[in-house]
Amino acid sequence: MSTPTIDDGTLADGHWHDSAHSRKGFFTDTSICIGCKACEVACKEWNRNPQDGTFELLGSSYDNTGSLGANTWRHVAFIEQDSERIEKARESGRKLVNLGMPTIRPRTDESAAAQPLDGALGAAAEGRTSAGLPTTPELNVDLLAPGALEPTDLSNVDTTPPDTADFRWLISSDVCKHCTHAGCLDVCPTGALFRTEFDTVVVQNDVCNGCGTCVAGCPFGVIERRDDGTINTPTDRDDRKAADMDVPNAGTANKCTLCYDRLVEGQEPACAQTCPTQSIKFGDRQDMVEQAHDRVAELHAKGLTEARLYGANPNDGVGGTGSVFLLLDEPEVYGLPPDPRVATKDLPKMYANAGIAALGMVAAAGLAFLGSRRS
Amino acid sequence: MSTSEYDSYRPPEPEGGRRKRRRGGRGGPSGPDDSGGRRGGRGGNGRGGGWKNRGADGNREMPMVEDVEFTSYYGRPIVKAPPWGDEIGTYLFLGGLAGGSSLLGFGAQLTDRPGLRIASRMTAIAATGIGGAALVADLGRPERFLNMMRVVKVSSPMSLGTWILSGFGVGSGVTFAIELDRITGEKLLPLGPLRKVLHAMETPAAVESAFFATPLAAYTAVLLGATAVPTWNAAGRNGLPYVFVSSASMAAGGAAMALAPVAETGPARLLALAGTAGEAYAMSAMRKRMHPAEIDPLDDGEPGHKLHRAEKLLIAGAVGAAAVEVGARVFAKKLGGGWKTRAVLRGLSVVSGAALAAASAYTRFGVLEAGIESTKDPRHVVEPQRARLEERRARGITDDSITTGR
Ligand code: SF4
Ligand code: SF4
Repeated sequence: MSTPTIDDGTLADGHWHDSAHSRKGFFTDTSICIGCKACEVACKEWNRNPQDGTFELLGSSYDNTGSLGANTWRHVAFIEQDSERIEKARESGRKLVNLGMPTIRPRTDESAAAQPLDGALGAAAEGRTSAGLPTTPELNVDLLAPGALEPTDLSNVDTTPPDTADFRWLISSDVCKHCTHAGCLDVCPTGALFRTEFDTVVVQNDVCNGCGTCVAGCPFGVIERRDDGTINTPTDRDDRKAADMDVPNAGTANKCTLCYDRLVEGQEPACAQTCPTQSIKFGDRQDMVEQAHDRVAELHAKGLTEARLYGANPNDGVGGTGSVFLLLDEPEVYGLPPDPRVATKDLPKMYANAGIAALGMVAAAGLAFLGSRRS
Repeated sequence: MSTSEYDSYRPPEPEGGRRKRRRGGRGGPSGPDDSGGRRGGRGGNGRGGGWKNRGADGNREMPMVEDVEFTSYYGRPIVKAPPWGDEIGTYLFLGGLAGGSSLLGFGAQLTDRPGLRIASRMTAIAATGIGGAALVADLGRPERFLNMMRVVKVSSPMSLGTWILSGFGVGSGVTFAIELDRITGEKLLPLGPLRKVLHAMETPAAVESAFFATPLAAYTAVLLGATAVPTWNAAGRNGLPYVFVSSASMAAGGAAMALAPVAETGPARLLALAGTAGEAYAMSAMRKRMHPAEIDPLDDGEPGHKLHRAEKLLIAGAVGAAAVEVGARVFAKKLGGGWKTRAVLRGLSVVSGAALAAASAYTRFGVLEAGIESTKDPRHVVEPQRARLEERRARGITDDSITTGR
């Protein structure tokens, strides 16, 4: 099953076809991410991606990876926010909810604002006990019992993010969006990028010639060409330079494949399988979107109006994304574009303009010859 | 608010981007919390907002009337710049030069201007060859260049461009071979009876290459436009093709002015002058329609310098070309005899032709580099997108945002 996604008057058809499988995707629920980076590690290991950077500390909280790129297909972002930012996020989320949709009861706990310090810090300062702090959910798991370490059904655990009024950490595991209208795929001149039977977007590294057009085509800054520079290590030895290191698929474009090699074997992607909190969910995209809608409604009902979905709207500039996210602030806070638009949507207009311009040039040349006729 | 004795060891928090901190640090822009609305209002009203309130020539220390809240992830880029360097800039310039030259060559053939014809055809084939080589050199896997010929993809300007360039190259190559054969007195190439066939191909080949000439000059604008790079994309949607064909006319006209005799380059001068007028107009019209945050990279830094240099060269070249044109017409009689007049006009023609070609090159490099620069600061991505999102919301379109409340 694959949804018809061809808009009128657009070239950005994303190369859809009837496929044997339903469309697969992620739902990354950032509200329960604990920032363990297991997904980053699992992705690196499974896909044998070379090292990125030189192990430097980047000064961006716990994020020393930096961004998605040719060698990093999962990236965990860390954002530290104070009460002012939290309130803004809550406000912007509330507005989003109010956009022509039924209003959701605003947060009623006004007493929080009256207290000079809330949460753990306030409690410590005033010698209060931990009363009023968010409680850790009882897991009731005997870790030594047989089978206790098997993946369990976490659906009954309370996953509401702790409501800390004066500080919070936003943690989000970013990944290729596997767009409905994928800019990278549309502009690839070799056909190296293709849409799989799972309706994901994958590079064939033996076809790609590294022209780099896709890098500019992606509105999310995901895909990148794997150039030499990315594998220099501080441990370069004299007898073995970085350039000699075994870098697979050098000079070609690389990005998340949604573990195409695992999907064809009926497995789930490495990141989703390893995620200990099930913050990364994998499945039929339809289910993922439904789960996302349920989850955001659940959080709103609890007064967390800052929760919002990213990529679940089929009317957006990329026709919705295969990887749907639940965010707790504006997308740009996480390094995501607030209104991405696949550039190939404007191609008909641009081609038309180029055509007129070209005709104009022919006319100018013709007139130039007519204008300088020799008598 | 210090929460731990170790906090002082932490690097300063770059949240909010570099510029914001410089303008007043944290707490400065902590105004009303409906920053989204404010941004939108400003963006909706369009140009002339905070971005234009700073000093005229990029003096960022001028106090702003209204500081707009702008958040980003540690100031890191949102979109990535393609790995396109000087080779692509060279190609943008040479592609236009080749296209324009082929038109001039065809016109010269029809109007019997052998000097202009030869010069233009030589320029065209040289530009095609070097440009194509530059294009291949910039690939990550140059040996796989031919993979571009696997498909014809309308949604990929790069794919169409490859076919346009190839089509153009065929005609150009044939006309070049004919010119070479003529120059060498029909001796160099061991063609035998095929020589007749070759020369019979002249007009078809010239027509074929002229057919692909203007698409070759124009498609690169679409190639840049059909990307997520903010400045290119905005330019592509707002008339970059017109800038590029004008620039191509200017380059081809200029090159012919420099290489062919004054008496034959009347059309080249007129084409170049049309190009300068077109470029000046198209460029300013394009800028008027772009968001301030998308224009900025065209004004600032090295790309800004290049574009300003292009402007100056354009004006100088245009004045020179006009002078040569007037001179050639006034002294038309003397051109046959007066060697002094001829030498002066030729000199002026060479200089102004070179200036025009250089102006075209600077324009291409400037636009290319401005786009790459525009990916480095997320502001260029976030601000225009926020503005258009809020503008749509203000118009009552609330169902097409990627961020949804439910
Ligand atoms: S997020 Fe970028 S790389 Fe991933 S499918 Fe969309 S356009 Fe392609
Ligand atoms: S770099 Fe490779 S995948 Fe990307 S557009 Fe070029 S050929 Fe296609």
